[in-house]
Amino acid sequence: MALSTIWVYAEASEGTVAATTLELLTKARELADNVEAIYAGADADAIAAQLGAHGATKVHASGDLGGALQGVPMAAAIAGAIEGNAPDAILFGTSYDGRDVAGRLSVKLDRTVITNNVDLELDGDAIVCTEPVFGGTTNVKTKFTGEKPYIVLVRPKSFAAEASSGGPATVESLTVPDTGSANAARMLNRHVEEREGPSLDEAEIVVSGGRGLGEAEKYQMIEDLAKLLGAAPGASRAIVDAGWVPYSYQVGQTGKVVKPTVYIAAGISGATQHMVGMKGSKNIIAINKDEEAPIFSIADLGIVGDVHKVVPQLIEALSSRS
Amino acid sequence: MNVVVCVKQIPDPADPGQLDPETKTLKREGKLILDESDSYGVEMALQLVDTAGDGEVTLVSMAPNSEVGGLRTALAMGAAKAILISDPALSGSDALATAKVLSAAIKRVDDADLILTATESSDGYTGTVPEQIAGLLDLPSITFAKHVEIADGTLKVQRQTDAGYDECESPLPAVVSVTAGVVEPRYPSFKGIMAAKSKPVDEVTVADLGLAADDVGWAGGDQEIISIEPAPAREAGEKVVDEGEGFQKVIEYLENLKVI
Repeated sequence: MALSTIWVYAEASEGTVAATTLELLTKARELADNVEAIYAGADADAIAAQLGAHGATKVHASGDLGGALQGVPMAAAIAGAIEGNAPDAILFGTSYDGRDVAGRLSVKLDRTVITNNVDLELDGDAIVCTEPVFGGTTNVKTKFTGEKPYIVLVRPKSFAAEASSGGPATVESLTVPDTGSANAARMLNRHVEEREGPSLDEAEIVVSGGRGLGEAEKYQMIEDLAKLLGAAPGASRAIVDAGWVPYSYQVGQTGKVVKPTVYIAAGISGATQHMVGMKGSKNIIAINKDEEAPIFSIADLGIVGDVHKVVPQLIEALSSRS
Repeated sequence: MNVVVCVKQIPDPADPGQLDPETKTLKREGKLILDESDSYGVEMALQLVDTAGDGEVTLVSMAPNSEVGGLRTALAMGAAKAILISDPALSGSDALATAKVLSAAIKRVDDADLILTATESSDGYTGTVPEQIAGLLDLPSITFAKHVEIADGTLKVQRQTDAGYDECESPLPAVVSVTAGVVEPRYPSFKGIMAAKSKPVDEVTVADLGLAADDVGWAGGDQEIISIEPAPAREAGEKVVDEGEGFQKVIEYLENLKVI
């Protein structure tokens, strides 16, 4: 028995809908007869076709928020919209804004939010969520038992996005109530850190470096290797915290979740924080001088060796081929 | 400038975590330590108070068995005092119940200008508690701060994004969650460690905070854990010791996959 309606909190950047949103729409279609999107932003018309092509019949759009961060106004808007018209569930991607809105909404509705989910299934008309814990070694299944709508946060790349045959979603205006002084935080400017090559999300190959590189300057060889392979460079949390590379490079629980065809981990020991973000890769190659490093337990090919020797040799061998 | 920092005391991440099959809660009976993610907020708070030239840092923590191990670490770094909520009724609390308890404790701190948290704890990592606290206190918030400063009473934050960062600002009081790496946490000095032993820790119960027992713990959440199972394990493949030819193995592997 399918649910009747699920809302998906849609996110987009410069007219392109986020991959996670399309993944959620695809899953929502499987769980419910009707799927609608909620969107914070002024360009709902521009993304209505993309949302519709993934199954959304309608998009409830707030319009321009005047620089306000999404959490406060969007939670209030959603709380208003569900009065008399409540969906069975509202799905959010685990993103910066998704977590903010879901958190604020759970307070508004005084309802639990189940986070970090990687799978959703139905048990009658209740939703059961699967959440990996302890670095993905254990799966916990949790069922919502309270009132609907359920508030659900889902990790990126939990589902494959598939287009439906749907036409553009109808754009409907979503009323944003006055939320007073709590809505005082403002975004003034965006700063984009330039990076070359494919994004971590989309790359077929990801090459990541960790503390085993020894010093910040040595990260260059990760960039060089990535470039030769047409790969995206990534990093463990340790070297992001140390300031060697920007946060946007981070793969792991707090960074990006990646599932490329090949993941190469160089000088990464394999803290659970990191493994959560990459163990879904189809093939994993690990290079580390510590034979006991946990990363080897999930590597399809493990090279017990010094990254400062193996990586330059790889770069040289690949350079001579091209 | 008075800053409240929410800190979590967690089992040592070096020991693998375990769920109690009976209660379905995380086993937390051993010694607890300060979640490393929270050391950044503590340091940030100390620096902001120092820059302001007045005020103090108050810690708020929820932990079983009157555990203060992690609080003493943060007090040794320089926080002035702590509020500890410890109550058997809290076992099984979800993120919203946790936020209700922490926000009720924060209300006991006079003139709090800023509330700092980590972006998420290292053991539970729901990542929703900071925003829930802000919602319960009806305050503005900026999450995922990678840089924080206060100029002329206005909070200025660089907020992490997928592409880089957003420059954000908010009036005070406000709630801010800080990323690891926002500042370099100091090591407690010997003097700090000695001083921490006599700093006040105000221990309170759920009832002291004016909350009902069925607001928190298992009773407070609209959810039920139905199964806990080992995830399908990923098998280790071939492991070779590099003797100068290791890179060749990698090349062959990539060739077989036809990605080069």
